[in-house]
This record gives sequence, C-alpha cells and structure tokens, in this order.
Amino acid sequence: MKQLQTPLGDEVLSLKAGEMVTLSGTVYTARDEAHLKIMEDGFPFDPKGAVLYHCGPVIADNRIIVAGPTTSARMNRLTGYMLDAGIRGIIGKGGMSAEVRELLRGRAVYFAFTGGCANLAAARMKCTGVHFPELGMAEAVWVIELDKLPLTVAMDAHGGDLFAVIEDHAHEVFQAMYPTSTTRI
Amino acid sequence: MSESGYPDLLKRISDATEKAVRNAEIYLPDDVKARLTEALKVESVVVAKQELQNILENICLAEERFAPLCQDTGIPVMYITVPYGMTWTPEMEQAVLTGIQNATQHIPLRPNLVDPVSRENTKTNTGLSMPPVHVKHGDRFTITALPKGAGSENVSRIRMMNPSDKGNIPKFVVETMLEAGGRPCPPVILGVGIGGTFDVAASLAKEALLEPVDSMTGYEQEICDQVNQLGIGPMGLGGDTTCLAVKIKTAGCHTASLPVAVNIQCWAARRATVEVPL
Repeated sequence: MKQLQTPLGDEVLSLKAGEMVTLSGTVYTARDEAHLKIMEDGFPFDPKGAVLYHCGPVIADNRIIVAGPTTSARMNRLTGYMLDAGIRGIIGKGGMSAEVRELLRGRAVYFAFTGGCANLAAARMKCTGVHFPELGMAEAVWVIELDKLPLTVAMDAHGGDLFAVIEDHAHEVFQAMYPTSTTRI
Repeated sequence: MSESGYPDLLKRISDATEKAVRNAEIYLPDDVKARLTEALKVESVVVAKQELQNILENICLAEERFAPLCQDTGIPVMYITVPYGMTWTPEMEQAVLTGIQNATQHIPLRPNLVDPVSRENTKTNTGLSMPPVHVKHGDRFTITALPKGAGSENVSRIRMMNPSDKGNIPKFVVETMLEAGGRPCPPVILGVGIGGTFDVAASLAKEALLEPVDSMTGYEQEICDQVNQLGIGPMGLGGDTTCLAVKIKTAGCHTASLPVAVNIQCWAARRATVEVPL
C-alpha cells in the first residue's frame, strides 16, 4: 500500500481509482461555508499541494472527539476554485460529480474515507490549529495532522471513477435481473 | 402506586431514556457486529475488505473512547412498552423527552432537530412534535432508542402499489437500494413494511429495524441476495457486501391497497433497550 505524505506533488498523477493508500501530514477540513469563505476572502493556508477533508468534526479543547467524512457531492459546484488554486487531494464520502471528475484530470485525486468511521478518523488525527473559527465548529477550517489514515483512491487524475463504474455495473445487473424495466432510474 | 412514588418513577423513566440513547450511540448491537464480522470473512473484493475492517475498528474504538459511533448521532426514535394495567401519561412522555435532552447535553449528541421550513435548530433534539415516541403494552416497562441518521433515512421510499403487483415487491426493494447506491453508507439493513395504511407501512418498515439480524425468512433472504448481486459494496466502492439483512414486517390492509415502505439503515444500526425499574 502506498504511503502518501502532504503536501502532495506529481505522485498523485500515477494513482489509479481503486488503489488503497495511507495519507499522513496536514489536511484542512472544509464544508460548504468554508468553501464559500475561501472563495470570498482567499486561502488562510498555502493551497499548493494541500489536501481538503470534507468533514464537520466535533472538537473540544482542541481535541478531536469524532471526525467522520461528510457527503462530498454538496461541494461539487465549489471545487473548481480549489483545484485551480493547487489543491492536490480531497477526502470525503460518496464521490463527486462528472464535472469534478473532469476537473481532477492531470492535477488531483479524490480519496474515499469510510462513512461513519468518526472514531477511527479521530484516533489517527491531531488538531493543530483553526482558521475561520467564526463559522462555528462544523464549518470552520480545522488544521489536522493525519497519521496514516487508510483511504481509497476513488477518482483519479485520468478520469477514473470507481463510484461511477460500480453504479453503472449495478444498473446493468438490475436490468438483467428485471429485464422489463426499460428506463434507468 | 403511592403519590410520592410517581415523581421517582418519572425520574427513572428519564434516566432509562438517557441510558438507552447513550448505549445505542456508543455500542453497536452484538448481532449487527456479528453480521459485519461474517461479511468481512466472505468478502472477496480487496477495497470492500478494507472498508469493513475500518468499520469494525471504528466500532471497537467507539467503545474504547466512549464516544458515539458516528458523528451523525441521528434523531432518537423511541419505542416504549408499558406494563399491562399501567396508564401512559403525558408526564411520562415528558420524562422521555427530558431523558433525550439530558443525553444530548451529556454524551454529547449533535443537535439535529430543526424546524422543517425555517430550519431553526431546537438545540435539544426534542420539540416540534419530535422525536416520535411509540407506546405499546408489554410484560415489562422498557425504553428502546433507535437513533436514525439522515444519510440512510433520506434515500428510504414508500410506494402505494396495486394489489396485483404483489410479485413486484422484491423488485421495488432492490430498486430502492439501486437508486440509493453508496449514499446510505452500506452495508445496510433494509427494514420493509408491507400492508397497513400509508402511515402504518412506514412505521412497520422502521419497526423492522428493531428485529435481530441473525436470521432471515426465505423471502427476506431472497431479496437480500438480489440486493447483494448489485455489487454496490461497502460505501458504494464495490464488493459482495451491500446488504447485511432484510427484515420484513406486515399488517393487514385494504383489499384495494398494497402499501410498501423501505426504510434503509446504514451499517451503524444503533438500537438499545433499557428496563425501567418499577
């Protein structure tokens, strides 16, 4: 299993959808509000090679209580700006749109982390700072130090998209199982 | 019961409620853990194995860290059994709500309950006619909490089918999961309610999630196998394990009607029961 370390560089370009990796180093939490704030006020950290974590953690006294991934699709429309600024990796759950898949080409990857695994995440994380605390606990940009978080490359820098492949396959199986269904839902 | 005993009983009800919610949030039931462990043993896809390992490690860590399994601590759906001969009172219902408010503060839980239109948060997980408290008579006084997260609730479905379509019930269940894909955090448990009225079918589907997942009828197994053939896998990343169990509950219905509800439950199938001492 490849062990990746932030900041990420060109090594992300060789990663393939379906590959499992571990990631260590600094990541920054960002949900809807943080994305909007960054687009308005600029990045509070250097975005070159940085990794965003779609997560609204529960943090008490700078200690991470739980920090599972949130649904990435909410950030679909807000991701182009991040990638243009040099973001090299995104961690979340559920995958992102076909538009984001194209935007990742040649520059960045999307990592899936297991939904609901809020404790596993917290056990491999240390909180080292915060930006935009005024956005509140869930929406602030927390600076987190990862220690070998196990991730799956779900969308690679070549248009590979594990979620889309699995979804298409599931529809084919369903059509074969119930051939009278003519329309794809 | 004496007059002085009543306030004590109300306190025991709110304490039992808080304990039921806490146990549900932190400890996954043994039967669900066993199904996840079995799934890991037979799973053939490497990525899916890793996902299941992460889930099992997370379950252990939640117990060790005494923290909720998932950051979406859900809406606590409550099921109460009251001993025969005892009257369920508005004060008892209030005691349950107090227990939920205490749990929200002490565990702590994410305050998830908002006004549906203004989206203003009540901050207590209670209020605005919520959460649901279902009361039945039984042998003992028990309080059961079923915290339900939004990811899996949002992709649940109900359909008023034609009675002649009864053969299409499995197709409807499989189709519901096909449409949901990885969004409800599979591997899932599917609660299916068949019959009743529009509202009863949905209640049955939710109640089915209270059933142990260590056995299935032939009909349930058949639907479960079909869902697993879709290959959605843990978190939608592919694999043999999409559905841990299908549980069906039925009720009589109008001769011209066939309501079918599918309530999807993520792998964090949380439920816990605490007895109220009398």
